[in-house]
Amino acid sequence: MGAPLLAFIEGIGVLGPGLGNWAQAGGVLAGREPYQPAPTELAPPAILPPAERRRSGTAVRLALGIGQQAVDAGGMEAADLPTVITSSSADGHNFHAICEALAQPEPLMSPTRFHNSVHNVAAGYWSIATRAMRPANVLSALDASFAAGLLEAAAQVSADQEPCLLIAYDSDYPEPLRTLRPIAAPFGVALLLSPRASERSLARIEVGLAHAPVTPMDDAALDNLRRSIPTARALPLLRAFSLQSACTVVIDYLEDLQLQVAVQPAARPGTGG
Amino acid sequence: MSPLHLSHFTATSCIGTGLDDTLSALREQRGGLAPCRFADVRLDTWIGEVPGVEAVTLPPALADFECRNNRLALLALEQDGFADRVREAVARYGADRIGVFLGTSTAGVLQTELAYRQRDPQTGALPAGFSYAGTHSPYSLPGFVRAYFGLKGPAAAVSSACSSGAKVFASARRLMEAGLIDAAVVGGVDSLCHTTLYGFDSLELLSDQPCRPSDADRNGISIGEAAAFVLVERAPESAQAPEDAVLLLGIGESSDAHHMSAPHPEGLGARMAMAQALASAGVAPAQVDYVNLHGTATRANDAAEARALNALLPGTPCSSTKGATGHTLGAAGALEAVICALALRHGLLPGGINTTQVDPALALDYRLASREQPLRHVLSNAFGFGGSNCSLLLGRATGGK
Repeated sequence: MGAPLLAFIEGIGVLGPGLGNWAQAGGVLAGREPYQPAPTELAPPAILPPAERRRSGTAVRLALGIGQQAVDAGGMEAADLPTVITSSSADGHNFHAICEALAQPEPLMSPTRFHNSVHNVAAGYWSIATRAMRPANVLSALDASFAAGLLEAAAQVSADQEPCLLIAYDSDYPEPLRTLRPIAAPFGVALLLSPRASERSLARIEVGLAHAPVTPMDDAALDNLRRSIPTARALPLLRAFSLQSACTVVIDYLEDLQLQVAVQPAARPGTGG
Repeated sequence: MSPLHLSHFTATSCIGTGLDDTLSALREQRGGLAPCRFADVRLDTWIGEVPGVEAVTLPPALADFECRNNRLALLALEQDGFADRVREAVARYGADRIGVFLGTSTAGVLQTELAYRQRDPQTGALPAGFSYAGTHSPYSLPGFVRAYFGLKGPAAAVSSACSSGAKVFASARRLMEAGLIDAAVVGGVDSLCHTTLYGFDSLELLSDQPCRPSDADRNGISIGEAAAFVLVERAPESAQAPEDAVLLLGIGESSDAHHMSAPHPEGLGARMAMAQALASAGVAPAQVDYVNLHGTATRANDAAEARALNALLPGTPCSSTKGATGHTLGAAGALEAVICALALRHGLLPGGINTTQVDPALALDYRLASREQPLRHVLSNAFGFGGSNCSLLLGRATGGK
């Protein structure tokens, strides 16, 4: 199936129900602290200009929040980084409002709602906020969205031999779409990938295609979270990063295809490790 | 970059169902736009509607994917023997070695729009039978195509508004260079819906006439729908390349980092994308024979793109084919890549239609008449909301007809 794609994890961002950043989430996933579900806390992104900051919706707050966490942890300049941004459904609340407006006898569309309805809404605001003129590749693959993004980012690192920021997120839907597409809560994971190890490296990964049983989470509440939000399919991988031990995890991709990720604690320059 | 071979391709839009009609429409400068009669939409605008889409039926096993967008996809897949060529590629490489990367901006959201008109008055619930995964999700398009061919390789929807149909080539290129796949079905499909018609109307970007790219009096876009597909494989050794082989030689991608729905006024992002496409192909500006502009016919877009072009490729012959097809949004990048492939294969520089007075302020060599002439290298631009830019540099493997 081709040689596995090698990359180093230079920074991690996490926002989800009861998970506020990588330092805290890593402790929960490693089992050092109990998982305590709570609503996802989304702050207006300080990196956006004030008008856009006030109007920012769930998708933009989530994507910019995790992206900023990962870039800060990796000590890189956001403006220098190409991005892969993946989401099952971008901003569900915004699209619900559009459909309600379009169902009226005299449809009245808001221009802001319309330009925020594009699937690349987070990519647009990320580039505006960070002045990043590098490419943003914006994907969607329903429940496979995280794995599709990780594969694309790892292939980009491998093919182009430069760092790449993966931003994966899902916002929830209000009713009536919520019943049909029950995404439990806003959840996002950002990974800053690099072709080279650095003293900030958190892990070394090798990504490949596989046909194998998916690695579950031992904790029932966390496994429920994993299955109830597409981006949370990343949890077993984050848990492997938090444990800092060599292991192989299999995460959900398409119905008939999985992603296998071999994780090693980073061999840091100068430590001989 | 290593060139990719566009080993087979097809396109269906309002100017033609399949390549023969498309090529003759381009030669004869026939457009497909007509006053908007789509559904119950009441807007004073022209649209590029593909005839016969509603008559298409998906195979019973794939009924969950029934929507206008996937019907248009199927209509296009069955033209020009494209589906058979995909099946031959499956036999050659294996179903797990073929990726699917397809661009769309709205997929089947028309189904959701219609479902919101039929909510239960008591509970607010959507009507039974509405399939989120099969229609509304951007992945409904690649999911449908992957299932239709029984493909087993990597797949994703690429959805960055109006650059989507061009960016798919970049996703395929990366996975092919990484060795994960040997071929990919790429392309784009977008179909008419209320969100885009009323959305562009709310931004006051719809023309009340057939759109006139680069015209001094241009006043907005005409929305179209289209499906275009390309089977990409690694380029054959030049000695083995078929006489009329078309290659993707370079790809350029950038972000404007400027505004969600307005282009960078100087066309900076566009210029970066074009420059990168040339650089990754190793092709000099003077070697480019024709540029198929993004050319939507809004005041701002055409002005910004002209500035970018004049900074990088001054004096290069160019046109926008959106006067004929309308702006097919997430499909536009793929449709116009196929139009460029036809232009290279048949030695046709397509003239832009509807435009009568080229805007002198743009300072472009904008061609109003189609002309038979050999072409060796052509550039195709696709720029979208969110400041997402992609340029493709295509060329003939040998000579130039």
